[in-house]
Amino acid sequence: MTSGDADVRLVDMTLRDGMHAVDHQFTPEEMADVAAALEAAEMDVAEVSHGDGMGGSSINYGFSAATTEEYLDAVAPELDDTRLSVLMLPGIGTVEEIDMAIDRGADMCRIATHVTEADISEDHFVKVKDRGLEANGLLMLSHMAEPERVLEEAQLMEEYGADAVYVMDSAGAMLPSDVRDRVSLLVDELDIDVGFHAHNNLGLGIGNSLAALEEGAVTIDGCLRGLGAGSGNAQMEVLVGVLDKAGYDVNPDFFGTMDAAEDVLVPMIDDDEMPELDNDSLMLGYAGVYSSFLRHTRRAGEKYGIDPREILVELGEMEVVGGQEDLITDVAARLADEGAAAEAAGDD
Amino acid sequence: MTVSAAIVGPGNIGTDLMYKILDRSESIELERMIGIFPVEESDGLQAAVDEGIDVGTEGIDSVKEHADEFDLVFEATSASIHEQHAPVYDELDLFAVDLTPAAIGPYTVPVVNADEVVASGHENVNMVTCGGQATIPIVYAVDRVASVEYAEMTSHIASKSAGPGTRQNIDKFTQTTAAGIEEVGGADEGKAIITLNPAEPPILMRNTVYTMVDESADVDEVRDSVDDIAAEVRSDVPGYEITLEPAVKDQDDVGFDLGDSIILTTMIEVEGEGQHLPPYAGNLDIMTSAALGTAERVAEQSIEADVAGGVGDD
Repeated sequence: MTSGDADVRLVDMTLRDGMHAVDHQFTPEEMADVAAALEAAEMDVAEVSHGDGMGGSSINYGFSAATTEEYLDAVAPELDDTRLSVLMLPGIGTVEEIDMAIDRGADMCRIATHVTEADISEDHFVKVKDRGLEANGLLMLSHMAEPERVLEEAQLMEEYGADAVYVMDSAGAMLPSDVRDRVSLLVDELDIDVGFHAHNNLGLGIGNSLAALEEGAVTIDGCLRGLGAGSGNAQMEVLVGVLDKAGYDVNPDFFGTMDAAEDVLVPMIDDDEMPELDNDSLMLGYAGVYSSFLRHTRRAGEKYGIDPREILVELGEMEVVGGQEDLITDVAARLADEGAAAEAAGDD
Repeated sequence: MTVSAAIVGPGNIGTDLMYKILDRSESIELERMIGIFPVEESDGLQAAVDEGIDVGTEGIDSVKEHADEFDLVFEATSASIHEQHAPVYDELDLFAVDLTPAAIGPYTVPVVNADEVVASGHENVNMVTCGGQATIPIVYAVDRVASVEYAEMTSHIASKSAGPGTRQNIDKFTQTTAAGIEEVGGADEGKAIITLNPAEPPILMRNTVYTMVDESADVDEVRDSVDDIAAEVRSDVPGYEITLEPAVKDQDDVGFDLGDSIILTTMIEVEGEGQHLPPYAGNLDIMTSAALGTAERVAEQSIEADVAGGVGDD
């Protein structure tokens, strides 16, 4: 599935996972500019949609500044050799959105489920394959399941028609050994390509991507400047440089990718939006919480006067999964109540 | 006076419904449980035999054979099977309470519109979705005091309580629920999201309802209206609990432009009664409760109609 002579396919998600960092507020014009820079840099794939996929625009995850239709109409004309990907999470979006995206120029669709719930995605794979497109399956929060279970779910997606399956470290919670265990098993047992998606919450975004490649993964996600949920994804221009140094043959141009990041993306991003590995995002990785909870948790923490890290620890213990953003408010309100009760008791 | 009924489909839903009818319904007389397998191969039919309920094992043929025994059927099979059965029920003049996603008849939520739907002469009514039964009453309660511009629900369901029907047709859940939020709840626009959570021990069914209303809305009045409807729902579904009373989110609390609107967030937990299914399966429980609640309203109206001279003759 890699193009030309490349050993690795790089999927840039600045305009998808990166949407979490900007509360899904990129304008179609900004997306078009970033897409043009990615095309110029010969990026393999550019993914575009709300951070939570098509249909993600909502109160729960945040309304995006424009509709998926408007984003695709802005981006599709800018891409030629770079393939246009869209994301779909069954339970949030529907097959109708897949049809819409294909009609507007999507070249491939990535379908994501929680790591243990792949069997909700069959209709969506069938739809993408019926329309003749490449379909990738993404197993989110893969750290929450043992390697054998990850394999079972990946095999379901393979059965439904996936052309590649990804181990998604959605919480940025995996150590390199966790990545190796899962990726190597999938590479051994599947007949399709295996990919890896990192978040940098434990500072391992690039390192884990390298570990995945060493175990046989051939498609890797990243974002320009490491935009993305939580502390961000693997930083794309760093990936390009590191992979080149490590002897992999990659398509994207190193200078072009750096320019896309520094000259095109960075001027669009406010200071408080650029992800960094701060205490709150470190806690995402440590507690194993879905990275896109970060900004919602900060807002709830401020509203209820609770340290966001405490909220994240509690959410981690509850084993919340992607999509349960509404529970952040619930937990913050409960911790505030408990705090007030403890204070009242202390006064006696 | 009572209405005689049969359950078609002795799976988890049908079996739970049987126990609910036997446990607590004064107006529904369960005459028969009908499946397509021999009793020894069907846990649901076996449970019916154990409770002294007559059974049928020939599917729709059993319905035809015994149609003179009952006036109402609960359809607890699947959408495609209900599509085949519905014309037969119609021919046999049986009132159908459809628990599948087929939605041949109108979406019906007991505390919101069941009386009206039944009174308007429909003889096939649909129970929307479990998430719809949990959240549409809240949307309706907000809308009746503060016009709802947009309503969104999220349902979190324990992985263990989501059967193959839900899993293979997850779009049907979101699409049907969103339509119910608009048609029955009264929102100008509806959206639905479902998440399956595999945590052990299994989570109780949780739902969040976001309603977007004008910033001038009287929030106290909304809270009273929501409290009232929750009490009504609880008479059918004892485990229905508001865990967060409508809480206000304004521009400072969100990362997008809210205009002149505010968001009212209500959270609901549904604990099942645990008759047949474990308490975490509140999502299944609320469906069977809604079906029974609807049937009881049919019974009430047929009493009134009998006094007035016959039901279903229009």
